Amino acid sequence: MSSLITRRALVTTAALGTGALLAGCDRIADIPAARKILFSGEKLNMGLQRALSNRHSLAPEYRADQMSPFFRTNGTSNPGTPEYAAMVADKFASWRLKVGGLVARPLAISHQQLMAMPARTQITRHDCVEGWSAIGKWHGPMLGSVLKAAGVKDSARYIVFTCADLYSGANYYESIDLIDAFHPQTILAWGMNDQLLDVGHGAPVRLRLERQLGYKHAKYVMAIDAVASLAGIGLGKGGYWEDNVDYDWYAGI
Amino acid sequence: MTDASRFPETLPRTAETPIYRHRLTTRIWHWVSAITVFIMIGSGLTILNAHPHLYWGQFGANSDHAWLDTPHVPSFLTIPAGYNLAVARRWHLLFALVLGFGLLFYMVASLINRHFQRDLAIRARELAPAHLWYDAKEHAALRFHDPKQPNARNIFQKLAYVLAIFVLLPAMILSGLALSPGMDAAWPWLLDLMGGRASARSVHFIAMVGVVLFIIVHLALVILAGAWPETRSMITGWWRIPGHDKREDAA
Repeated sequence: MSSLITRRALVTTAALGTGALLAGCDRIADIPAARKILFSGEKLNMGLQRALSNRHSLAPEYRADQMSPFFRTNGTSNPGTPEYAAMVADKFASWRLKVGGLVARPLAISHQQLMAMPARTQITRHDCVEGWSAIGKWHGPMLGSVLKAAGVKDSARYIVFTCADLYSGANYYESIDLIDAFHPQTILAWGMNDQLLDVGHGAPVRLRLERQLGYKHAKYVMAIDAVASLAGIGLGKGGYWEDNVDYDWYAGI
Repeated sequence: MTDASRFPETLPRTAETPIYRHRLTTRIWHWVSAITVFIMIGSGLTILNAHPHLYWGQFGANSDHAWLDTPHVPSFLTIPAGYNLAVARRWHLLFALVLGFGLLFYMVASLINRHFQRDLAIRARELAPAHLWYDAKEHAALRFHDPKQPNARNIFQKLAYVLAIFVLLPAMILSGLALSPGMDAAWPWLLDLMGGRASARSVHFIAMVGVVLFIIVHLALVILAGAWPETRSMITGWWRIPGHDKREDAA
């Protein structure tokens, strides 16, 4: 048997095959129909995770001695606009959180009013899409309380956050569905690690969405809108990263 | 056993009589997994490039102590070739479902058709030092099949497959699930099992290295044992005993 030739052929085939497969994956991802299948994993994973958990399944909470000694910042560390600098200068006295869209009673909540609301304190883990994680203590009212005060209409399906930081000249935005919006650990955090939230971490208020990755946790929140569809928001996929860099809207994984 | 005729291991045979070695479920799972694992490693390496540091414990970020800083993985080994974390995640998280449910399907099928019990179950006598030593010598001499029982897997073969099927792949899947904040809420025991998310990420990496080593050894032995007969048997199911000729039968 000409086993040597066979072996050589096999090794060559394997090497060429590996290269072709790797290059092939990129080719496949460029075919619209294949891309659609590739991107269908998001809905499959979301469906499976929602089936395996219930809407109130809690993210793990940690003890104070398990907290990260240093909690790094990510994304925008300072919006850097004159408007934002002015808000920092007056300690957010003129900042108003606008709650609107499909609500019965649009609100404009001041920093003091938000801090006067019943608050939740939670020590949770922040998981960045890149792979790092950090544990911090977050303090603020449940988003659900704010939404109940505004009276979300039946036609609303999503909650959209508009932020003070700019990406490509436009305000950062993110969105979540009502299951996550009314989750008990979904809070509007104005405090972190027993201090007022600092600029690097999203002052005056950032969203905490403990069952999803960090890019969903909108910082520098200026407005919250209840909407029926994501179609009219940005490019329609529900967030800056989703619209511009193909990130999953559902970031539970 | 109804299909005993398909596994006539005890019957005398010659090289001309092929034996039915791999069932259809095994063959389907093998090739689906081969492609899936390839995609998982390629896309996983892109994800690793996004934060090339590994930690132990519940958390881990740049200022924390990393036990390993991985070198940048060159683009000819990653999916996609150009760094794109979002698209790498799309590949990884879709094919993770293929890998996980594929393994589940294969395990259930292999319990029902008794592939595990018949071919992979390790007997105590096989682990006896004398037997291990004998098998090691046979491997060194590149004799991988007992002429009297050519369809039986030898002990190192069994140990390698058991390690891959019951240790490496489950560790890969469970540690991967523990990386998901959604799954950590659904199944908090994942974090207890892994000792935290940063540890799960390290376990995920180590299991990947284990899978890569398995693939290298697996391919090397396929080539040594007879590349084409082995590959063909995983395609058609039928296997002619390599290096098993009439002279050996007579001996």
